[in-house]
Amino acid sequence: MCGIVGLLVKTPALKERLGELMVPMLIGMTERGPDSAGLAVFGDSLAENSRKLSLYSGLTDDGADFNWHGLTHALKEHLDVDAHIDVKHNHAVLSFAVSPELVKRWLRENHPKLHILSTGRTIDLYKDIGTPAQVADRYDFKSMKGSHLVGHTRMATESAVTPDRAHPFTAGEDFCLVHNGSLSNPNSIRRKLTPAGIHFETDNDTEAACRFLEWRLREGDDLEVALQKGFDELDGFFTFLMGTPDKLALIRDPFACKPAVVAETDDYVAIASEFRSLAHLPGVKHANVFEPAPEEMYVWNA
Amino acid sequence: MDIKPVSFKRVSREESASFDRSTIDYIQNAAAHGLYEIRGMGAKRKLPHFDDLLFLAGSLSRYPLEGYREKCVTKTILGTRFAKKPIELDIPITIAGMSFGALSANVKESLGRAATAMGTTTTTGDGGMTPEERNSSKTLVYQCLPSRYGFNPDDVRRADAIEVVIGQGAKPGGGGMLLGQKVNPRVAKMRTLPQGVDQRSACRHPDWTGPDDLAIKIQELRELTDWEKPIYVKVGATRTFNDVKLAVHAGADVVVVDGMQGGTAATQTCYIEHIGIPTLAAVRQAVDALEDLNMKGQVQLIVSGGIRSGADVAKALAMGADAVAIGQGILFALGCNSETYIQDGKHISALEGYDALGTQPGFCHHCHTGKCPVGVTTQDSVLEQRLQPDVGARRVKNYLKTLNMELTTIARACGKQNVHHLEREDLVALTLEAAAMARIPLAGTSWIPGHNGY
Amino acid sequence: MERMTFDLASSSLTEMNTFLHKGLEEGDKRHISVLNPDGAHNIAVGLNHPVTVEIHGHAGYYAGGMNKHARVVIHGSAGTGVAENMMSGSVHVKGFASNGAGATAHGGLLVIDGDAGLRCGISLKGGDIVVGGSVGSFSGFMAQAGHMVICGDAGDALGDSLYEAVIYLRGNVKSLGADAQFEDMTDADYATLAELLSKAGMDHDPKSFKRIASARTLYHWNADANQEY
Repeated sequence: MCGIVGLLVKTPALKERLGELMVPMLIGMTERGPDSAGLAVFGDSLAENSRKLSLYSGLTDDGADFNWHGLTHALKEHLDVDAHIDVKHNHAVLSFAVSPELVKRWLRENHPKLHILSTGRTIDLYKDIGTPAQVADRYDFKSMKGSHLVGHTRMATESAVTPDRAHPFTAGEDFCLVHNGSLSNPNSIRRKLTPAGIHFETDNDTEAACRFLEWRLREGDDLEVALQKGFDELDGFFTFLMGTPDKLALIRDPFACKPAVVAETDDYVAIASEFRSLAHLPGVKHANVFEPAPEEMYVWNA
Repeated sequence: MDIKPVSFKRVSREESASFDRSTIDYIQNAAAHGLYEIRGMGAKRKLPHFDDLLFLAGSLSRYPLEGYREKCVTKTILGTRFAKKPIELDIPITIAGMSFGALSANVKESLGRAATAMGTTTTTGDGGMTPEERNSSKTLVYQCLPSRYGFNPDDVRRADAIEVVIGQGAKPGGGGMLLGQKVNPRVAKMRTLPQGVDQRSACRHPDWTGPDDLAIKIQELRELTDWEKPIYVKVGATRTFNDVKLAVHAGADVVVVDGMQGGTAATQTCYIEHIGIPTLAAVRQAVDALEDLNMKGQVQLIVSGGIRSGADVAKALAMGADAVAIGQGILFALGCNSETYIQDGKHISALEGYDALGTQPGFCHHCHTGKCPVGVTTQDSVLEQRLQPDVGARRVKNYLKTLNMELTTIARACGKQNVHHLEREDLVALTLEAAAMARIPLAGTSWIPGHNGY
Repeated sequence: MERMTFDLASSSLTEMNTFLHKGLEEGDKRHISVLNPDGAHNIAVGLNHPVTVEIHGHAGYYAGGMNKHARVVIHGSAGTGVAENMMSGSVHVKGFASNGAGATAHGGLLVIDGDAGLRCGISLKGGDIVVGGSVGSFSGFMAQAGHMVICGDAGDALGDSLYEAVIYLRGNVKSLGADAQFEDMTDADYATLAELLSKAGMDHDPKSFKRIASARTLYHWNADANQEY
């Protein structure tokens, strides 16, 4: 199944150390999730007219040798877009000041195997196969800075172990979700949403949940209402942890079989599937440690 | 009254395939009682099974071994992955988990003695470990089930291996069941239940759900036993490929896969006949999962669910199992569905008992009633005397011996010096279903439905 | 009395557990401190001697699991399945306990000063559980024997599918489970309750508790009774 981690820091000093504090949390969840790992970080926002995409080249023929600079040149040539690129191994963050749909359409046409992990002004998203320690190393998680993050380690239950099936999943802009548990009706959810124009990339049950929320948010529900509808329509066991530019949100299904524990201090809120991922955090011995109740929405503001 | 023309007589007796007598009887029972049917045994309907596979042996290109002078090894080791003390079997045929409660104490003792004589294991069931079984069975596997009836650390320490049961083939997704008539004082005490009350069992474990938590539970059992004893994980066959992979990820030493032909002493018929997949399909998925993870040989596979003969054992091994477990076959060996039972060396008719249950030898599945006419699946103090441990032990030992002899006969014919060298390329299939499920070509062809483009 | 310390920041949990199984004398009563548990799982599982084990910090899953004879104190919270399948002895959680606390315990006493999660006392088989705070939903699910004392509130489906275990509840319950019902407290109940509260060190008036037990309508398959199963 899986391990989930979340961290929201409240001081500038801790924002500088976000990655450093998080890496042991992720690695602490290796036994729960040895197959793959992923992380979504919310840092400083780009200007209103700008967007960034997190891109994964692991599924392309060139993999980690993907020609990123070639891509930015081609973007300039074809669309007259000045894009900035930040590369780490088989991953890059591409930022630009035009509509994201324009760039994404171009990418799908010219680089169909390049996987678009996230879209937004604030979110950067990484995920890959490998142990949490390997993935953290590959993308230098320990150097990350930001106000909050959502992370995940995966033990695949039904769908395959591939990078695109790792978590977090994203929907729309600046929204992501990680899941511990197993949904029992993901296929019906997929079949309901596809005619509504929601596009699925994998057969992963978590993606079904994420797209369900995407659909509700698209239809005008706010997150709380969307999650309430989720309780009615999504069946199975789940602990969901979600990130938006200014929030972390957590819910557990009524049976609450999948574990979750929270440690809160004046300086941070940390969430994990098991306490041992929190044990290293500064001041945790004096933190308010508690388990979130089932069916309740917990929201922390960044 | 009209007299029908002779030529129309048979037309008026046309049975519907959908609403046959069996189905009509089912509906009328439901209408009368408002309750689902409960019975014992496994799936009774015809299913793709090992009967649909055949061996290729003794050809000009593969030389058979002589029956008596040329050795054929049957030794089997289970639990090599993490345990300090793996289980060593003389034969790759084990006795499956069946509870004291479902079976009588005499039966449990018979099984222990037979298994010890043949150098193999018995397994406790959904009721805990009895002294009879522990004392008579040299090597005993102790089940940890969702109900945890009778489960305790002293018995964990006394066991030779622990089997964490997620489900069984007869009822994947369902818990155990024992009706009040079988909850006699001794059973009630072992299970902490009121006497005579119908037992309800949980279908999930009380303190873990999912493979991520199972990993921690397995570690608890290892810590408890100082890493000495193998931990098995048993699943009823459904999404077997995923389940076996997850069991391996969770840390199992041995995976036990039980197909839908697997038996039970009592459960709802709708479970038995309509949930789970045939053993043949399950074996293939289980082996695929182990090979996919490159764990074949490190994590052992035990297959159960309708293993009846030495040929079945050989086919299961050829498909990739390391051993088999047998439940129903063992009961038949003891005398289940026999016309007689044996007392003081004499055969005594049991037909009255079958009659009282509304059944006959060859058709009986009434284990749930506790009124087994041959004293096997009963807690009744009179009926249980019909199966004496001496007799039971001898009969089960004979059966296991026969199975093993047939297994080695087939293995030798295929040119193998060790039964574990049987491989799936030694097999061909007779039907499309079997070929597709087992991914074995149809006899005389190289065709596997769905493969190689057609 | 002999005192020992294991620091899990520097020594192996397995080595500690193995020592606690194999390195003690019969009837050993020594005192063991466990430092820096940091949420480790399976701390002090399978104890089989009348020792005292004090865990200084938060424990992970199955702390004190399958305990026999020992007294385990956790100065912090406990993860899933604390004292699961306990046979005798006691486990005391000073903080809160996660899901499945005291699951399938056959004997002994589990005390939780704070709240307990869901399924507290699930499948209880004769043990006693006293919770100073509240318990989550499905507590006492299929509880067969023993007692549960809940000083706070209970969630949904309390005592669902109860057999012969008895629940004493002081606060409010969101809903009772199938076959669970309120019954009058008897003198014997008050006496049992008073003793349990005293052993747990909790100072409540037994008269402020209600009794919840099985209505026993699920004891026999009977269509005419229109039961839910």
